[in-house]
Amino acid sequence: MADTAPPSKSRDLDKLLLRPGNLVGPTFDPGVQLRDDLQEYARVLVVGAGGLGCELLKDLALSGFKNLEVIDMDRIEVTNLNRQFLFRLEDVGKPKAEVAAKRVMERISGVNIVPHFCRIEDKDIGFYNDFNIIALGLDSIEARSYINAVACSFLEYDSDDNPREETMKPMVDGGTEGFKGHARVIVPGVTPCFECTIWLFPPQVKFPLCTLAETPRNAAHCIEYAHLIKWDEAHSGKAFDPDNPDHMKWVYDEAVKRAELFGIPGVTYSLTQGVVKNIIPAIASTNAIISAACTLETLKIASGCSKTLSNYLTYNGVEGLHTKVTEFVKDKDCLVCGPGVLIELDTTVTLKKFINMLEEHPKLLMTKASITYHGKNLYMQAPPVLEEMTRSNLELPLYDLMDKIPKDVLHATGTIEKDNKKSSGLRKLRVVFKGVDGVIDMDMAGGA
Amino acid sequence: MIRLFKVKEKQKELAENANGGSPIRKQTAGELRLHKDISELNLPKSCSISFPNGKDDLMNFEVSIRPDEGYYLGGTFLFSFQVSPTYPHEAPKVKCKTKVYHPNIDLEGNVCLNILREDWKPVLNINTVIYGLYHLFTEPNYEDPLNHDAAAVLRDNPKMFESNVRRAMYGGYVGQTYFQRCM
Repeated sequence: MADTAPPSKSRDLDKLLLRPGNLVGPTFDPGVQLRDDLQEYARVLVVGAGGLGCELLKDLALSGFKNLEVIDMDRIEVTNLNRQFLFRLEDVGKPKAEVAAKRVMERISGVNIVPHFCRIEDKDIGFYNDFNIIALGLDSIEARSYINAVACSFLEYDSDDNPREETMKPMVDGGTEGFKGHARVIVPGVTPCFECTIWLFPPQVKFPLCTLAETPRNAAHCIEYAHLIKWDEAHSGKAFDPDNPDHMKWVYDEAVKRAELFGIPGVTYSLTQGVVKNIIPAIASTNAIISAACTLETLKIASGCSKTLSNYLTYNGVEGLHTKVTEFVKDKDCLVCGPGVLIELDTTVTLKKFINMLEEHPKLLMTKASITYHGKNLYMQAPPVLEEMTRSNLELPLYDLMDKIPKDVLHATGTIEKDNKKSSGLRKLRVVFKGVDGVIDMDMAGGA
Repeated sequence: MIRLFKVKEKQKELAENANGGSPIRKQTAGELRLHKDISELNLPKSCSISFPNGKDDLMNFEVSIRPDEGYYLGGTFLFSFQVSPTYPHEAPKVKCKTKVYHPNIDLEGNVCLNILREDWKPVLNINTVIYGLYHLFTEPNYEDPLNHDAAAVLRDNPKMFESNVRRAMYGGYVGQTYFQRCM
């Protein structure tokens, strides 16, 4: 037997963290302190404990992160077991987050994972602020949009419209679909956020209702007929639940009848599930590849051991293997992560005066503005019914309407004139009230 | 970044409310875009809008259409709109709440309007949808039928179609189906 000590568990990690290199980040400080700090101070949240989430938890725990939390609202199903490797047959029915956390902690010593069995919307915004990096293993545009909005809401800008580094909440977002996947790094204020590039998504496939009703041509038409039209006819009032196997079976049976009527082949139970739930069969290797990319980026962001992905990686394994990294740019007018326009006000300014001020503000020149704040419509120019309901707010001080908070974001929509052309615009406004944070401004001339 | 993390840990031990007002409920970009569409609504006299959940819930509203010409002159038809958080990438969901005898609207209230499904584009807005619905009443067409009986009658016997529509609007039977008065 060789007389050497067993290799250190962090042998591979040490190669990245303990020595300098040519591709390291600007603040990289190699050494044992860095490796220990990573374990002690870095807190990462994994959103989703499914195909990507299981892989992410394993990868992050093995990459030196010791403080992890995972959130997922689902329970384990049999069909998950081909790739969500932390789960076994006897786990079916249990919450994914809890089982995943338990299994990883059993296998990797020193890691602590706190599971959260709930929806992402159920958590207080402050919950998300506790983490340094958020890793996403989600399966919908809606969920990504929500987390993106939350993370970007922590971003603050200084008076020169520069993002403040200590308020940036980096996210690493992964997604997979069959043989394809993506991994992207989102640093609010620096890289484009999810909303900046949301217009790149292709439109969803939607069949005309009349095609479904009158002239179906393929199996998907028959299935959608049963799902969208026949269901309501037969079960008026009862909502269709795609996760209820009896509902799915009913849709499948109706689709088969419809297909037979029109002589259309190809209606199967699994196609029915695919069309109704937009499911594409998942492959374990795609999840492993994308989650590995995401974990590596998380490690790079946290330690600075190498330059991060900039900023969108796509993977396609349909024929051979193709990956490409594209550098998307931020949308400076983005409603979610952009700086907006800074406006400083006295606490006495009424909503009416504020709306008039927007007309002359050099960066805005917005007339007939409607104002919304945290979901509350402060004033609507139209339609008449809403104008009436909000008219009384015009005489109130904006400071009161904004719950007397010294500074916050609100949005204005109205007509913007530029180069003699009028167009409608929606702008984010950073409102700061003068003289609130301590020093009282003696010179309250009130302005125009 | 790790240096920042250490700094933040220490900061956490100090003031919690240093930046004053962590947002309680953020508005999605979809809600903001909807706010813009609603504040720019320019409806004809024949269409009116109401917000059953108050001025702060713009995602669920109702539009009432009273055609001022054509077969459906004089009737009042109510539509419910449900806007999803992913608006404008997803079209609003529109259902007709009034039972109507119409080739492009079925008895469950499903509306066959291309811009609500296959031709929806994020550049469209609530105004265009409402105009599209209004158009269905001034120019019903038998080529995209959801109610194939009504479509057939419109195509083969417009005079009978006209009388069927009036009977349905006044309250009465067309074939086996009873329509409530909506005038």
